[in-house]
This record gives sequence, C-alpha cells and structure tokens, in this order.
Amino acid sequence: MITGLFDVLGATLRVGTPLAFASSGELISERAGVLNLGIEGTMYAGAFVGIAMAASTGSLSMGLLAAIVAGLVAGLLMSFLTVTLGVNQHVVGLGMTLALIAICETANRIMFTEGSGQVRVDPWQPMYQDLGAPWSQYWLTYFAFLILIPTLWIVINKTGIGLKISAVGENPEAADAAGISVARVRYGAVTFGAALMAVGGAFITLAFIGSFTIDIIAGRGWVALALVIFARWRVGGMLVGILIFSFVYAAQNRLRLIPELSEVPYEILLALPYVAVIVGLVISGRKMRYPGAYLKPYRRT
Amino acid sequence: MKMILREKQSTARNFGLVAIAVLITYAISAGLIRWAGGNPLAAFRLMLISPLQSTFGIGEVILSATPILFTGIAVALAFRAGYWNIGAEGQFLMGAVFATFIALNLGDLPGFVILPVIMVSAAIGGALWGVVPAILRVRYGIDEVVTTLLLNPCAALLVSGLLNGPWRNPETAFPETLRFPEQTDLPIMIPGTRIHIGFGIGLIVLVICWFVVARTATGLRLRAVGSNLKAAEASGVDVKRVLFGAALSSAAIAGLAGGLEVTGVQHQLTDGISPGFGYTGVIIATLAGLTFPGVLAVALLFADLTVGSFTASRVLQIPSSVGDVVQALLLVSVVALLVFRRYKIVLSREAKE
Repeated sequence: MITGLFDVLGATLRVGTPLAFASSGELISERAGVLNLGIEGTMYAGAFVGIAMAASTGSLSMGLLAAIVAGLVAGLLMSFLTVTLGVNQHVVGLGMTLALIAICETANRIMFTEGSGQVRVDPWQPMYQDLGAPWSQYWLTYFAFLILIPTLWIVINKTGIGLKISAVGENPEAADAAGISVARVRYGAVTFGAALMAVGGAFITLAFIGSFTIDIIAGRGWVALALVIFARWRVGGMLVGILIFSFVYAAQNRLRLIPELSEVPYEILLALPYVAVIVGLVISGRKMRYPGAYLKPYRRT
Repeated sequence: MKMILREKQSTARNFGLVAIAVLITYAISAGLIRWAGGNPLAAFRLMLISPLQSTFGIGEVILSATPILFTGIAVALAFRAGYWNIGAEGQFLMGAVFATFIALNLGDLPGFVILPVIMVSAAIGGALWGVVPAILRVRYGIDEVVTTLLLNPCAALLVSGLLNGPWRNPETAFPETLRFPEQTDLPIMIPGTRIHIGFGIGLIVLVICWFVVARTATGLRLRAVGSNLKAAEASGVDVKRVLFGAALSSAAIAGLAGGLEVTGVQHQLTDGISPGFGYTGVIIATLAGLTFPGVLAVALLFADLTVGSFTASRVLQIPSSVGDVVQALLLVSVVALLVFRRYKIVLSREAKE
C-alpha cells in the first residue's frame, strides 16, 4: 500500500516535470502580457531538436543545449512578431505551433526514417535509485521543483524584475512612463519563457522516454497553458495545479490495473485540467481578472 | 526602431508584401525539400500543378477542400464579428460525434429522412461545443481565445474515449466504429468522382454567409461589432446578441463539416477523422483576409497543396508533411508582412524628429 503510494508520488513528479518547465515559461510570458500559443510547438521543437542533437553528438547535454537554443530562437521570433510587429497573438501563436510541428516532423522523417524509423538515445537515468520511489528522480525533475519554481516565485513576487514584468503586462503605458522599456521586458519574458518550454519538451525525449515519436507532446502544451490560467497567473497556484493533475494522471495509470476500475475511460481523467479551467472560469465568472494588457500589443502613440 | 502609421495604403505595395511572404515561404520549404534530396521546383510543380492535370486529381482536390472550406467559413464568420473562435477543431469533432450517434442508432431509416437529421444534429453538436465559451464571453467578458482552444483537446479525448469504449469496433477491436449503414452515405455529387454533396452544401453556406454579412442589416451590425465594439455598442447595437449569434453560427458550421466528413468520406468514426481541419480553418480564414470568396480560393489552394504533397512524396521520396510546412509558414509570413500595409519601420533617431 505504502509502496504503491510512493510509486504514484514518484510518477507524479516525473509526469509533472515537462509541465513545470512549460507552465513556468507560459506564466512569465503571459505575466508580461503576451499569450504564447506557440507553446505546444515550442515543446515539440525542444523535444525533437534535443534528441536529434543528442543522437548525432552522443551527448545528452549537447542535446539539451540545442533544445534551449531552439526555444530561444522560437521565442525571439514570437517576440518579434507580437512585440515589434504587434500582430494578432493568437493567430500567430497558433501559426508558430503548426509551423514548428510541421518542420520538426519533416526533419524527423528526413533524418531518421532509415533503419528502425525512430531516433533513440540512452536517456538520462533517475538519480538516487537506491533510495527508491519517490526519491529516485531525474536531475531535471529535481531542478524543476527545487530550483526553477521556487526561483520563479521569488523573481515574480519579490524582485524588481518581477515587478517590471507585471507592470508591463498590467499597464504598459504606465510602465513606459515610468521609464521601463516595454519592448525589452516583453522580448526577455517571451524568449526566456520559450526556452523553458523547449526544455520541458526535451525532458520527454532525453530523460523520460529516450526516443521521438510524431505524437510526442500529445497536448501537454495545452495542459500547461490551462494550468497557468487555472492558477490565475500565480506561481503557487500553478505548482498546486501541476501536482494535482500529475497525481491524478499517475494514479489513473495505476488504478487501471485494478479490474473493477479498468472500465472507467482514462480519457475522462486526461480531460480534467481542461474541464477544471472551464469550470473554474464559470465559477469565478466576473471576478476573473486577466493581466491588464493581455493580448494587446503596445505601441507608443 | 519604431513602427509608424503610414499616411496611405497602396495596392501595389500590398501585392509586393504578399509576394515577399510567398518568397520567404518558398525559400524555407525549398531548403527542406533540398535537404530531403528533392528538387524544389519539381516538388512545387508536383504539389501545385499535378493534381489539376487529371479529372481524378481535380476530384480529389475538391473532396479535400470540403472540410476546410467549412472550417474556413466558420472561423471567418466568427473573426469578422471580433469573436476569436479557435475551437473549430473541437466543434468539428463534436459534429462528427453527433452524426455518428445518429448514424449508428437510427441508420435503418430511409436516406432522405436520416441524412437531414444527421446534418442538423451535427450542426447542433458543434454549436453545443461552442456555447460555453460564448456564454463566458458574453455574460462575464471572459476572453474566448483560451476557452475555445482548450475545448479542442477535450473533444479529441471524448472521441478517443468513445472509440475505446462504447463505440469500439466489435469485429476488429480497433478503436473505430462499425461502418455506418449505407443509407447514411452522402450522395455523390459528380458521378465518377468521390465528390459528395457536402461540397455543394459548403458552397451554399458560403453564399449565405457572404450575403448575410455583406448585404443585410444583421451583417452590418456584425461588421460594426467586429471593427469597433465600443462604437457599435454606443450606437445602440445589441453587441451581446451579435457576438453570441456569430459564435454559435460559427460553431454550427464547423460541426456540420464534421458530420459531412464522417458520412461523406469515412463512413465510420475513427481517431484520425480530423488531421487538424479546425486549425487549418484558422489559417485559411486569416489568409483570405476574412472574406468569403477568399476562403473558397484559399481552401481550394490548400486542398491542391495537400493532394499534391502526397504525389510529391510518392514521386520524389520527400516527406508529405512539407505541405503542412508550406501552409503554416505562409500564415506566419503573410500575417507578419501585412503589418507593413499600415505601418512602416523607422529608426528611432528619425522618429524623434
């Protein structure tokens, strides 16, 4: 019983790791006023570029580095389009997702369709395996929950940078008048956020699975997006959301082994974060407050 | 660097900007094609021209254009009203689910009874999937971009839940429904092809939408809300009603497309019923500048590209996903470049003067 619970807790953190990276990236971006719907595609690019580089250099670290670079490039492009050019964030974000997925899928077929038809690497192994679940985790999982999210909380809530990001996202006119460069803060937030999304994707190929398939991200980007809104753009709420979703996901994998419960469609549980967001929005109704400059490009007039 | 409003727009410049976007798209996809070991010019000839060189090819193009014509119309209609419905994918799937339910349970009714019932329920299915984001937007002012988007994976999960559960094929045990009874097959519109009456219905819907938006008082209100919500409200337009109506009509059109696709092409519900038709609809509507004749043109072009990319893939041994690359890059580059219709970039030193 206890072992079972420990196993589920261990799986919870593993499942939650890509979401922790991607949601953190989306949260920073949205706090600064840019909804990055490129999230699903950016994770996809991180997953593919990461494993492609790792497979050709034989180094997982090089793979992770390449994924980060891919994320930075995707983020810079997204910033250029939404901040400098000020185009529709949702249309171009969706376009980025579709373009990145199509390009990576094409590249995957060009590079790796020979032989087994699937690229594989020896993935990172969990640390502290002798301690057993739930302590046996990948280093990126430890990094995500012990370093990234606490740091993000401190930066957003306690530092000048966090204040600037929120100022730019809430009221860019006032931020500009106060001498903050709206464009620079948004470029920084969107680009850094996209790099985090790419790391979330790379975790799946370089640690979790060790191979790449066409459906590798499978909507995790949209889950991450849902969790950010569910959390109302707060780091604490985001962490709680990630843990709840991942726990339910990990538990259902285990519960399916029990015959009486195997008939319950697991799709219902997978749909939970989306339904939770919609229900949450219905309940909070008018009290729901978006960042002031959500979806709005800023141009000095 | 700074963006400055231009004093005037020019048609020549607009054409030039689109040409640049096409060139950017071509350059990047040509790079991919060359990397795959194909000749870009030959590949584009196969992708764009080869489908149009045979009657069979043209039939396949029109068949592929049918679902994306509908989703393109659906998205364009909502976007014109300023309602950012990017949930056409989910609404399409729900239309397919509702149509499947009718086909599986009432399929022994004669065709002239069952087909209208299927179409109406598909439209209702789509509309129901679009109603929650519409209510949230109209009653609470909650932005519809994220709510409509998040309902897409939800619908996909629902389809997969149904196919792995109650609707699983008892004969093959695959996650797909049984083949529908033959009375539910949509009639073929042009003998000798696979083109079903769904394309004709799509054209009718297109003309109706164009007429309503361009020529009626309702359309005037819709365009007013879409171009300036506050001004429309101030001049007495019932903004909520317009938004709600546009949202539901859009969702119903996307749902109808789902119903027509299962009954017209697949004759069963499978996991792969939509390879992203709803998202393609967003691309099409945007590239069409939200005009209805434009939607028809872009839908046909994209269908041509889709059919052609399979030929190119077969002949040149390049991945067929190059077609998707072209579509997505075209969207991003056109959207980016069309900003320069109204703005020009000046270096900040000049801007201060």
